[in-house]
Amino acid sequence: MSEETVLMKGNEAIAHAAIRYGVDGYFGYPITPQSEIIETLMETAPWKTTGMVVLQAESEVAAINMVYGGAACGKYAMTSSSSPGISLKQEGISYMAGAELPALIVNVQRGGPGLGTIQPSQADYFQTVKGGGHGDYKLITLAPNSVQEMADFVGLAFDLAFKYRNPAMILTDGVIGQMMEKVKLPAWRRRRTEQEIREQCPWATLGKTADRKPNIITSLELDSAAMEKNNERFQAKYRVVEATEVRYEEVKCNDADYLLVAFGSAARICLKAIDLARKEGIKVGLLRPITLWPFPTEILHAYGGKMKGMLTVELNAGQMVEDVRLAVNGQIPVAHYGRLGGIVPTPDGVLAALKEKVVH
Amino acid sequence: MEKNQILSPENLVYAKPELMNDNHMHYCPGCSHGVVHKLVAEVIREMELQEKTIGIAPVGCAVFAYNYIDIDWQEAAHGRAPALATATKRLLPDKMVFTYQGDGDLAAIGTAETIHAANRGENIAIIFINNGIYGMTGGQMAPTTLKDMKTSTSPEGRDTQTMGNPLKILDLLALLDGVCLATRVSVHTAAAVKKTKRMIRLAFENSMAGKGTSIVEVVSTCNSGWKMTPAAANDWMVENMFPAYPIGDLKNI
Repeated sequence: MSEETVLMKGNEAIAHAAIRYGVDGYFGYPITPQSEIIETLMETAPWKTTGMVVLQAESEVAAINMVYGGAACGKYAMTSSSSPGISLKQEGISYMAGAELPALIVNVQRGGPGLGTIQPSQADYFQTVKGGGHGDYKLITLAPNSVQEMADFVGLAFDLAFKYRNPAMILTDGVIGQMMEKVKLPAWRRRRTEQEIREQCPWATLGKTADRKPNIITSLELDSAAMEKNNERFQAKYRVVEATEVRYEEVKCNDADYLLVAFGSAARICLKAIDLARKEGIKVGLLRPITLWPFPTEILHAYGGKMKGMLTVELNAGQMVEDVRLAVNGQIPVAHYGRLGGIVPTPDGVLAALKEKVVH
Repeated sequence: MEKNQILSPENLVYAKPELMNDNHMHYCPGCSHGVVHKLVAEVIREMELQEKTIGIAPVGCAVFAYNYIDIDWQEAAHGRAPALATATKRLLPDKMVFTYQGDGDLAAIGTAETIHAANRGENIAIIFINNGIYGMTGGQMAPTTLKDMKTSTSPEGRDTQTMGNPLKILDLLALLDGVCLATRVSVHTAAAVKKTKRMIRLAFENSMAGKGTSIVEVVSTCNSGWKMTPAAANDWMVENMFPAYPIGDLKNI
């Protein structure tokens, strides 16, 4: 029951990591480019081994609400989808944030808006980190850039979700979901017993025992004064997450004059672009946010005082660039380069944009 | 006879259910919800299921059901209670899981969740309050609103040509192989209350026995929404609701 190195798709790694982590329930609905997650789970049949429940729901709406029900019981519950399906899940995500329920949602992004395309995209950045659903809430967001991180972030997302009683998302895209890489799958963990959940999650609806009051999972509070207090509690929690859980990776930043900022698949492309730029004598580094919320604001602000310019590279029309500009706060120019509609930028394209927009 | 003799335990014929707390109920006087809540609380106590029960509250008048019965509750988004119940029962198969939903929640916005949970034969009990109107939001048309019935969104009466027909969702549900109990009851007389209690108990027993989905439709009054006295609402229900929603078992296996 130890770690195991295999070759597989990012989507498959999510499925296997979930089983190994001791996830209790997966509830999903097929959509390209992430259907391998539920297919892998159904083929692996973890209900015969770990007892994990895998259920194909009638819709993304039902699936996210099944996750709500499972999470309300203190169980490790998750779902996955791609952009149009994630839009349907926003109701449930908002309710889970309001009811302070920990769960994992995986978004293997495709191009939009609307039915859009099945090709990769990062155009759901705003939807993920700026709300998506209604109300003042935040979604803990992890952005993997490899199949290895797809596997690793399943456990990390659940750890953070339960630490803060807040839903967490793995925000990835069709590139990372579909590509095959070597991956070290995590060691097996036993699913928690009901007694362990009762101890670790005293709020869970597992049946009211004589020694406690009823547990009620709800996002409803009609008394405005009490609802304001609820919101203040959420905001205080979010400030702790922002102070504690920021994660990022720095590549060749020490001697850099310019900084690329990119997450997920775009960051992989930037690694090659950095090599190309440095061959031409342009000293470029990369800052890769791993958590998109909480966002690595402080380090970007610090680099704003050292670098000559920044370029965000995104598979969208310019979304994360707004947060980078807020972090840099006008110290240096911050430009954006993106491709749209499912087109993936090339390293040459990134280098050309860097020279055109940032290096003068 | 002295007062304390009359109040002796052996003379007790009626009491507040043990699992009902002292929270002030928000239901209108005359509304069927209070009676059905009481029956749910009594059955859970009599079956000694208070430590094994998880209730799923809806959006609608019963949104605050969790305030009145001392068990663990989840409050669902509008219409999604059967999805919450599905996961809860699948992940806790030895628990008794029930939803408590109104007609708008179950038969309009939550139709898909209801039909598919029932079609999968989820081992859950669904208590379905059908009063033909949206009570919580102030008396708008429901999917079960009768033909020509006046509501705030059908002020001239429900025109079935443009507003659709009263939805007999229990008839649809009874057709599904996953459903073991589809019964229509009411709580307007003492006899009807007793029958409803028996059916709620059967639904809860089915959940524990893993027999499939049980739906107990309680044809109910909304005297506030219908703008009638409680007594007149009961009469109106018998005269108008029962012909459209006949009382009795559609399926009981």
